[in-house]
Amino acid sequence: MHASLNAEPKQDQASWKIRLQEWWFRNRALIGFAFIFPWFAGFIIFDAAPFIYNLYLSFTDYQIGTVGTPPWIGFDNYVEIFTEDKFFGKSMYNTVYYLGFSVPLRLIFAFLVALILNLRVRGMELYRTLFYVPSVVPLVAATVIFAGFLNTRYGFLNQFLVLIGATPVRWLSSPDAIKPSLILLSLWGFGGQMIIFLAGLQSIPEDLYEAAAIDGGTGWHRLIHITVPLMTPTIFFNLLLALIGGFQIFEQVFILIGTNGGPLQAGLVYMLHVYNKAFRDFEFGYSAALSVILFLIIFVLTLMVVYTSNRWVFYGDAQDDDS
Amino acid sequence: MIEDPRTRMVRHIMIYVVLTAGAIVMMVPLFWTISTSLKTRDKITIRRLELIPDPIAWENYPYLFEARPIIRYTRNTMVIVVASLFGAWVPCTLAGYAFARIPFPGRNIFFGILLATMMLPYVVRLIPLFLFFDEIGWTRTFGPLILPRLLGHNAFYIFLYRQFFRGIPEDIYDSARIDGCSEFGVWWRIFMPMSRPVLAAVSIFAFSFAWNDFLNPLIYLGSNKELWTLALGLNALQGFEGEDNSLNLIMTFSMLMIIPMLLVFYFGQKHLISGVTAQGSLKG
Repeated sequence: MHASLNAEPKQDQASWKIRLQEWWFRNRALIGFAFIFPWFAGFIIFDAAPFIYNLYLSFTDYQIGTVGTPPWIGFDNYVEIFTEDKFFGKSMYNTVYYLGFSVPLRLIFAFLVALILNLRVRGMELYRTLFYVPSVVPLVAATVIFAGFLNTRYGFLNQFLVLIGATPVRWLSSPDAIKPSLILLSLWGFGGQMIIFLAGLQSIPEDLYEAAAIDGGTGWHRLIHITVPLMTPTIFFNLLLALIGGFQIFEQVFILIGTNGGPLQAGLVYMLHVYNKAFRDFEFGYSAALSVILFLIIFVLTLMVVYTSNRWVFYGDAQDDDS
Repeated sequence: MIEDPRTRMVRHIMIYVVLTAGAIVMMVPLFWTISTSLKTRDKITIRRLELIPDPIAWENYPYLFEARPIIRYTRNTMVIVVASLFGAWVPCTLAGYAFARIPFPGRNIFFGILLATMMLPYVVRLIPLFLFFDEIGWTRTFGPLILPRLLGHNAFYIFLYRQFFRGIPEDIYDSARIDGCSEFGVWWRIFMPMSRPVLAAVSIFAFSFAWNDFLNPLIYLGSNKELWTLALGLNALQGFEGEDNSLNLIMTFSMLMIIPMLLVFYFGQKHLISGVTAQGSLKG
């Protein structure tokens, strides 16, 4: 009597558990949807809807004070950008100039330093840390530090130049030096790319180098025929991220030089122009058109790099086929 | 191959010389920052290089807390950081798990969308989002900064989780299912404990992106000084009492922003690389 009373709830509990499991299993699809729902809601609210609305805005004359539906003006914004807006060309030139120097220099520095740091020499952890630490500095702090570091009278760099007998430079107030200053700041943060390269280098199998050494390959041969080909996916990844990120440079210029872009607008980068049109002039439609152009550039660039990468990036697939 | 000990030594010395020179160049701006943050006010306007300040003005640090509402800036920044960590820990891991392990219809399409959003630059969403938040009266509040983060709106984190979860061997998953674990149970009891490296890596990213965010606080909180974050406070200090006179305090403030980041990276570094790259080695 006692035993049976005790047994019944246990059985109940067991079957309840099984039923729950069955329910989980039957509703896996539903649960999958439930798990991705927060992301998907975010995607609709913060990606898809704004993206489409932005495209729509770019064809309207939406400004501050516009009530109700903004007037549809077709391609007028785009026509104005390409024919009348003198800051469009200027800011595009500045951005491309900045990218043209900062992206290759960063990649080359990061790659070379990673190569050296990958050598088997004692004390590498310390050097790795020293090269990486500047990249951990928050961007706002790094920029503010450079504003002081490059200060014409009290900054370190000019005081150092005076000390060694060179001519000090008006880094942030002369049109010729603004872009080099920005490039200098971007170079200081090459550590992030260096770490990615280092991880890539460490995943190259040791026996490849050993085989090359037996065949009598020199260090240079090993670099050109083993390291560089095997590193192309990593180089490609870093290049793509650097280009996408570089086109959107904003904070550094905003803090170092201010929204007007400095003397002769030498530091007016594209994002600053977008920001000014939206949040200074409140010409939201026009600014949206500017942002669509930037999007198209980034999009085409991404496609180009991804498409051409098949030709020069080595993914190691061929190797698998052979074996 | 056996190297002659003498050429080996010469080679090593050359490596050290190059590395040390490079490391000095990299560290100079930081060293100068520390040095300037400890200079008295009259020392910063001396136009001669002085790397070790004399006297050392430790009082700059307590003084900054009086001169600027550092505590409030920190608290405001932490609100964003906490929202970001919550999003990275809960909704993002769930989504990453679903993409890696739960078969549901259209999973590949959803994953394609996720990858595509990683390529979508923020600039094409900036203006509509601002207008939207302005419309619902959320500008000058934390809303626009924390709602996306609470929802785990970050494709990159989800992608990292998904890659890592896929690398966890299927056998472990199957045996847990046979032992009667539910989907939720598998996620909580098997995947989360095994996923410490990727959790640590994503947490570092979430912390540092929230800690460093400038454009969003600027747009949404710029006109509401009560809710300013550390980044906004530091930027505003630049114009404080004229650019040159408060150089020491600017550097003091910079150090306050840098130190927590250094600590986070110091304690998380061994997880960072394994968390991001382990997917390759686990998959084998």
